[in-house]
Formats: sequence, structure tokens, C-alpha cells
Amino acid sequence: MTKYSIFSLLRNAMGYHRDWQQAWRSPDPKPEYDVVIVGGGGHGLATAYYLAKEHGITNVAVLEKGWLGGGNTGRNTTIIRSNYLWDESAFLYEKSLKLYEGLSQDINYNIMLSQRGVLNLAHNLHDVRETQRRVNANRLNGIDGEYIGPEEIRKLVPIINLDPTIRYPVLGSSYQARGGTARHDAVAWGLARASDARGVDIIQNCEVTGFDIEKGQITGVQTNRGQIKAKKVGVVVAGHCTVMSDMAGFRMPIESHPLQAMVSDPVKPIIDVVVMSGAVHCYVSQSDKGELVLGAGIDAHTSYSQRGSLHIIEEQIAAVCELFPIFSRMRLMRQWGGIVDTCPDASPIISKTPVDGLYFNCGWGTGGFKATPGSGWVFAHTIARDEPHEINAPFSLDRFSTGHLIDEHGAAAVAH
Amino acid sequence: MFLITCPFCGEREESEFSYGHEAHIARPENPEKLSDAEWADYLFMRKNTKGVHLERWVHTAGCRRWFNAARNTHTNEILAIYKMGEQPPKEIKAMIEKGKTS
Ligand SMILES: Cc1cc2nc3c(=O)[nH]c(=O)nc-3n(C[C@H](O)[C@H](O)[C@H](O)COP(=O)(O)OP(=O)(O)OC[C@H]3O[C@@H](n4cnc5c(N)ncnc54)[C@H](O)[C@@H]3O)c2cc1C
Ligand SMILES: [Zn+2]
Repeated sequence: MTKYSIFSLLRNAMGYHRDWQQAWRSPDPKPEYDVVIVGGGGHGLATAYYLAKEHGITNVAVLEKGWLGGGNTGRNTTIIRSNYLWDESAFLYEKSLKLYEGLSQDINYNIMLSQRGVLNLAHNLHDVRETQRRVNANRLNGIDGEYIGPEEIRKLVPIINLDPTIRYPVLGSSYQARGGTARHDAVAWGLARASDARGVDIIQNCEVTGFDIEKGQITGVQTNRGQIKAKKVGVVVAGHCTVMSDMAGFRMPIESHPLQAMVSDPVKPIIDVVVMSGAVHCYVSQSDKGELVLGAGIDAHTSYSQRGSLHIIEEQIAAVCELFPIFSRMRLMRQWGGIVDTCPDASPIISKTPVDGLYFNCGWGTGGFKATPGSGWVFAHTIARDEPHEINAPFSLDRFSTGHLIDEHGAAAVAH
Repeated sequence: MFLITCPFCGEREESEFSYGHEAHIARPENPEKLSDAEWADYLFMRKNTKGVHLERWVHTAGCRRWFNAARNTHTNEILAIYKMGEQPPKEIKAMIEKGKTS
């Protein structure tokens, strides 16, 4: 792998950018691997990367049925923050934010991390109390955050509508200054390139269609490119996780819902923080290209159709226009959907399964982009050691029978 | 948004309805006799089928009555509507049996 730097940029500029090396190889699958990762989204790629980097396991393949990052990794609105309520989540999401903070250097790829600050608005007394409680919990866990009132909100977001007579007035907000956004494609591509450099085989257009299980032990996977043997298999397929658990013969508490996002025409810089509101189901940030990046809530029904309903967007745009009247005459340029894997407690499952050597990482729902490196880091540990790291031990599949749920509906749910 | 035919009111837009998730989950008769795993199965585990899915809807902004639907979750096509307490039509059962998705 040639290192990307100002010098490589200059050198390649001289050659009219015709000599850039390809970022990763596209090898044919080998007959056998130590670890096969199913799903080439950010989480799968991060898992492969940390398997190689932290655990020295490099005989690894990432199998992706489409193209890298073509799932939710390439469809999300790229909001990153770690201000979740419970200790378990705080440690997991903060681990991820810390890894993000060093990721561009670590993988020698600019992921365009922009720690511009994230606001989660409170619109009624209950919101205010919940938000203050969450901020206090964050601070006790060493995570930056403050509760701010309308005057401070105005300083950060001069265009927001603070009129107290609107249907959902803005009463206050949590503010995490280290939160922000990153370039989602770059996260996938950078992790792919860095994994490939450590020997990981990245195989696109390779769909897993079944598992080979002998006496309760995984031995390989069936794919549209033939059988691939594996000592261990990690499944990271977001909305398709129950399709996979059905193949493996156990049940999951996951439902798959469409989640939509959209961007407006590009305009000059107008908002330089991320503003989210769980109560009115909308959030907004501005991309480096100038588009407003807007997101909605999930469709209530389950679906695999990768498209959501128009009435969801109508409600969400109405909320955006009330919060930001200045946006009311803007036009949307694109709109799309992804299939998110929602879990009853709005927390992920990063776990061993009833099948030995088979591991699942799913249930991130509407908010897993922020967790990409941390999720890969703990999942790599779980696979390499055949036991969870203390950070992800609470996120096991058996919490649904022990009752130790990690209820993050307040911090997750609509606010990604 | 898709159109749903309420068995009582006829065809209406999806936004008039609320989703009731997987159908035919029977409440255990003796909850105190269940193991934790069985209870978890009843409470949390869901089919989440990619393909023909049996589910409940309620016509919230209409007659406010519940009914069942068989919907292909891949295409959102509604294949059958049937009342609460009824079983899905035979051809739907056959489709599910075969794992047919469309
Ligand atoms: C509209 C939208 C907005 C969002 N906004 C945010 C946000 O602002 N902040 C945030 O933190 N999160 C957000 N999320 C959630 C976030 O995108 C996801 O939680 C995260 O990207 C999941 O990453 P992943 O790698 O697990 O899944 P994915 O990126 O979906 O990757 C899974 C991959 O598995 C592949 N696959 C599936 N089945 C198979 C098979 N049988 N064989 C081989 N490969 C298979 C798929 O093709 C896919 O590429 C949003 C999601 C959506 C849809
Ligand atoms: Zn009706």
C-alpha cells in the first residue's frame, strides 16, 4: 500500500492522476479462511481491520453481496456522538468516538471527521428533565456534554426558531461539542484499504446463502461463488440479520424497518452544527458540499424494500420547516432509504450465538454509523478470543432472557 | 405509502392505519410455567420474514378495528387481508410453506 500524503498527491498531480494504485485488491475467494466476515458495511470492514491489527488474524475474508458500503453505511446521515444514557452504552459509543478521533491517521485515509457539535433538542418539560439527566449521566462517565438553554442555542444556531408559541417550542438542548459528522463512504473505503493492506481479502458480489454447521459448530458458508470453509464466521448484515439467523436456526429479537434520509440543493454555509429532535422526528446538518442533510423517523411497518413512505417525509419536512422557517423554500435534490435492524431496547447485539464459532453483530437500528470503529473493535475481540470484551459483554443475545435490557429509547430511537 | 383494504371500510391510504407487527402470537396460557428463554421468545423474538409475512394492522383513523394481512415485505405487496381470529387463506399458507417470496 502506498502511503497517501501531500507528497503522493503532488506526485500524482504531475502525472494527471493516472497512476494511482487501486485502493484494494479484488481476489477470488480462497477455499478456506480463519475468519469469514459476512457483510461489507462499515462494521464488517472495521471488524476485519481490527482482527488483523489488534489480534494478528489476517487470513480473513469479508464477503459482501453487493458493493462495499452499499448498505446502511452508504445511506446514513453520518451523525456521530457518544452521549447515550446508560453506562454500558456510554462505554461502547465513547470507545467508538475515541477510535474515530484517531482513525484518519490510523488508516491513512481522510474520513473527514468534523467535530462540529451535536444538539439534541428538548421541547417540553419531560424532554428537559430527560435531557438533563442524560447530560449528567454522560458527565459522570467522563463524556463531554452540557445542557444549554435557548440563549446559548441561539448563539450556536442563529437560524433556529425560538418562538415560544410554536407547537413544539425549543426549551433547551443537550450539546456534545465532540460530536459531529464524518464522510461515510470514506469510512468504508479507508477501512477496506487498510484491511486489504494487512492481508484481508475483500470479496464483493459474493452473497452468503447458507451456513455449514456440523454438530453445533460452524465450518463454513455457502455463497453464490461456492462453498468457503471457515473456522469462525462473523455476521454483520444490519437489516438482513434475521434472514441469516433463520439460516443458522436460531431466533433474534430484531425487526427490519425502512429509514429515509434526503438532501437539499446545495447552498452557502448556513448551519455549522448538527441539530436533532427526537420529539418532532427530524434532524439536520449541512454537508461540505452545502446540501442540507435531513433525516426522518422509521416507517412503522417492517420491510426489506429499501424505500420508505411519503407521509413520513411529509411529517419530517413539516417539523424542519417549523424549526427552521428559512428552509421552507428550499428544494430536495435526492431522497433514499435503508433497512435498519431495530432491537426492542434500541441497543445493539454483539454476541456469541447458539452455534459455536458463529458470531452476530446487529441491532444497531437507526444509529450505528457513529459506532462503526468501536463495534468492529469489540466484535474483533469477541471473535478472536471467543468471548466478549467487557465493553460488549452486556450486549449479548441472552440479555433478552436474563432481562438485563439496555433501554436507550431516550437517546437513540429517532435521534440517530 | 401503500394502499390497504380495510375489511370493514375498503381501500384507504396506509397513513390511516397503524401497524400491529407479527400476527398469530398466542399469549402463553401458563406464563408462570415458562422458562426465561420461552418467555423471551414470546416477548421479544419475531419472525421478521423477508417475503410473505403475516401481520396485524388497525384502522386507527377509520373504524378503529383490527385485522390481519399477509404482505410480501420485499415488495410491500399485500397478498391477503383476513379478519382477527381467522387463519390466512390456503394459498398464502402454501406460499409460506414453500418459502416463496413473490
Ligand atoms: C437513512 C439512514 C440514516 C442513518 N443515519 C445515521 C446517523 O446519522 N448516525 C448513525 O450513527 N447511524 C445512522 N444510521 C444507521 C447506520 O447507517 C447503520 O447502523 C450502520 O451503517 C450499520 O452498518 P453495518 O456495517 O452494520 O451495515 P451495512 O452498512 O448495512 O452493511 C451490511 C452489509 O451486509 C451485506 N449483506 C446483507 N446480506 C448479505 C449476504 N447474505 N451475504 C453477503 N453480504 C450481505 C449488505 O449488502 C450490506 O452491505 C442511519 C441509517 C439510515 C438507513
Ligand atoms: Zn376500517
